Amino acid sequence: MMARRVLVTGATRSTGRRLVAALAEEPEVASVVAVDHREPPEPFPAKVEFLGADLRSPALVRAVESAGIDTCVHLGVTAEPRAAGGRATMKERNVLGTMQLLAAAYHAPDLRRLVLKSTTAVYGSAPGDPAVWTETMPHDSPRHGFGKDAIQVEDYVRSFNRRRPDVTVTVLRLANQVGPTVDNPLTRYFELPVCPTVFGFDPRLQFLHEQDTVRVLLRATLGPAVHGTFNIAGDGVVLLSQAIRIAGKPPLPIPEPLVGSVAELLRRTVDFSPEQVGFLQYGRVADTTAACEQLGFSPKWSSPHAFEDFAASRLRKLVTQEQVTRVEREALATLRRAAAGWLGGGTGPGGAR
Amino acid sequence: MTAREPQRCQALTTRGERCRNPAGAGGLCTLHRRRLEAAAAQAGEGPEAGADLGAVAPFLAWAEEALEFLRRRLLGEYAVDEFGHDPDLVEHVLAPLLRPLYRHWWRVEVRGLEHVPDEGAALVVGNHAGTLPFDAMMVTLALLDEHPARRSLRVLAADLAFTLPVVAPLARKAGNTLACSEDAERLLEAGELVGVFPEGFKGLGKPFRERYRLQRFGRGGFVEVALRTGAPIVPVAVVGSEEIYPMVVNLRRVARLLGFPYFPVTPTFPLLGPLGAIPLPSKWVIEFCPPIPTADVGHEAMLDPMVVFDLTDQVRDTIQQTVYRNLLGRRGVFA
Repeated sequence: MMARRVLVTGATRSTGRRLVAALAEEPEVASVVAVDHREPPEPFPAKVEFLGADLRSPALVRAVESAGIDTCVHLGVTAEPRAAGGRATMKERNVLGTMQLLAAAYHAPDLRRLVLKSTTAVYGSAPGDPAVWTETMPHDSPRHGFGKDAIQVEDYVRSFNRRRPDVTVTVLRLANQVGPTVDNPLTRYFELPVCPTVFGFDPRLQFLHEQDTVRVLLRATLGPAVHGTFNIAGDGVVLLSQAIRIAGKPPLPIPEPLVGSVAELLRRTVDFSPEQVGFLQYGRVADTTAACEQLGFSPKWSSPHAFEDFAASRLRKLVTQEQVTRVEREALATLRRAAAGWLGGGTGPGGAR
Repeated sequence: MTAREPQRCQALTTRGERCRNPAGAGGLCTLHRRRLEAAAAQAGEGPEAGADLGAVAPFLAWAEEALEFLRRRLLGEYAVDEFGHDPDLVEHVLAPLLRPLYRHWWRVEVRGLEHVPDEGAALVVGNHAGTLPFDAMMVTLALLDEHPARRSLRVLAADLAFTLPVVAPLARKAGNTLACSEDAERLLEAGELVGVFPEGFKGLGKPFRERYRLQRFGRGGFVEVALRTGAPIVPVAVVGSEEIYPMVVNLRRVARLLGFPYFPVTPTFPLLGPLGAIPLPSKWVIEFCPPIPTADVGHEAMLDPMVVFDLTDQVRDTIQQTVYRNLLGRRGVFA
C-alpha cells in the first residue's frame, strides 16, 4: 500500500496523543496532521505536523484539502463540558466542529477512509433497556449531553457517507476507557476519596483499556478497510459495587431524590453531565461480537482486568487486599482458639451440656 | 462472551458436591487451597493438632466459608455475567435465605424434573400468582437445588423490577433480566434455561376468587422467541402460590398513586402492618410437564400467527390441566 497521510482531530488529548505517537511509528504512515485547538503538552514526533486550529476554522479546510490526506480519524468529540468551557461550547465543538470537518472532507479528493471515535453512550441508560446492546438495535436517543452529541455526530457521518460512498466509514462506539494515563470523568470519579452511588442500584459497567483504545483505532486506520459501526469494550462486565471494592474505596449511597444536588456539587471535580449520572444508576453493556467477527478486533484486556490495572496504577486504596486477608485470618484464628478453649475448659461435648 | 462461565474450583465440598467458588491458582478456590495446605501441615505434625475439635468442626468449616465469602465480596473477587447474574451471591446468600421458605414453610414438592434438560437452552413457562413473585423464586430454587444438573433458571422479569431501588440490583444478581425478546433470545442462544410467566401482573395481581384460573398469555411473544431459537418449551404448573397472599380487594387508586400495577388488601395486609407481609403457609406442588419441541417447526410456520396462537394455547392448556389435577390431588390448602 502507498504511503499513508492521516489527519487526527482531538490530537492533544490523552487518546489522541497516544494514537498520533503510535501512527508516527508505523513505517507505512508518511505523515500525520494532528489537529486540536489546544497546544500539545509536549512536542509530537518528527513525522507529525501539528495544526493548532479549531475544527471550525478555515485553516482546517485548507489542511484537509491540500495535504493529500487519505484517512481522517475524528477523535474530537468530547464528553467534558467544563473542560470545553461550558455545555454550549462543548456542543459547538462536538456537533458544529464535526459538520465543518465533514464539509472539508467532502472536497478532499484523496480521502479514502474516515474513522469516527464514538461512544456506547449513544444507547443511553434506562431501566427498560435490553441487557446487552447490539449495534443494530433501535434505541431511544439520549436527550442531552455527550450521548446526544455523539448520536448527532454519527448521523452527520452517515449522511456524509451517502454523499461520498467511495470513503470507507468506520464508527467505533467505545465503552468507558480506563488505564494508567487516561483522564476522564469516570476515572476522576473513582479517584474521589469516597464513591457516591445511587442508593439501591448497582449498574453493570464495561471498560476498555487505554492500550486497546489505541489498538482498535490503529486497526481501523491502517488495517483492512471495514465499513460499519462497531461496539468496542473489554470482555465481561463489572458491577459498580464491585469496581468500588476493587478500587478499595468506601461507597457512599445517596438516596435518589438527592442525587441531582450531589452531582451538582461534584461537577467541579468530576465534570459529570446528567446522562453520566444515569449511567451510574442503570449502567449499560454493549455486545462486541461484530467487532470480533467483522473488524477482527478483540481487546487484550477484559473489563475486570482493565479496571484492576487502572486501580493498581492510579488509585490509593483505603482497603487493601492484605488488610482484608489478615482480618479474615485473625478472625478465623480467634474462632479456633475460642473453640479449642471451650472444648478444653469443659470435659468434651458431654461437659458442655 | 468469554467471561460467561468463570473457572470453577475442582474440589468437593463437605456435602460431597462440586465446589462452585471461582478457581484461582492450581484450579482450586482460596478456601480449598488453604484447607489442602492445612491438611498437609497437620499430616506433618501428627493427628493431635485438629483432632479434639470434633464437635465444633462443622461450625468452624462454616465460619471459614463465610469469612472467605466476605473477603471475596469486600475485594470484589467474583464474576458476574453480562446480564449481571452473580452465582456467588446466589449460592451463599440468596438461596440460603429462600431455602427455609421452600423446605419448611411451603414444603414444596417437585415433580417432573426429568423434563428439564441437563444442558442447553429451554424455555420454562409457568403460571403466575400470589401478589409477590415468590412462585418464580421457588421454581428457580427447585431447579437449583433438586435438578441433577443444578440449573440456574434465568427468569424474565417485568420492567417495574428494574426501576425499584434495592430490588433492581437483586433481581439482576439473582439471574433475572428484563422481559424483552432481545434478552430472552440472547440467553437462549447462549444455552441458558430461561423462565417466563406470560400472565405477568394480570396473573400475579388477580383477586383470590379467580385463583388457579389462568389469565391471557400475553401476545405469545415467548412462543416466537422459542421458535426463533429452536428451544423446547417446558410448561410448569405451580400449585400453592395462590394462597400465600389471598387478595380480597385491589385498591386501584392507591396503586395508581404509588405507581404499582395493583395494591392488594389481604385478610392480614395492611390490617396487621408488617406482620401482614408474612405469607400464609400453603402446601406447594411444582410440576414440570413434558417439553414441547419447537426446533422442527418450519421457517414459514414461524411467521404464521396461527402457529404461534396454537402453540400458546397448547402451553396454557397444559399448565391449566396440570394445575387442576394437582389441586384435586392436594389434601388441603395447608396440608
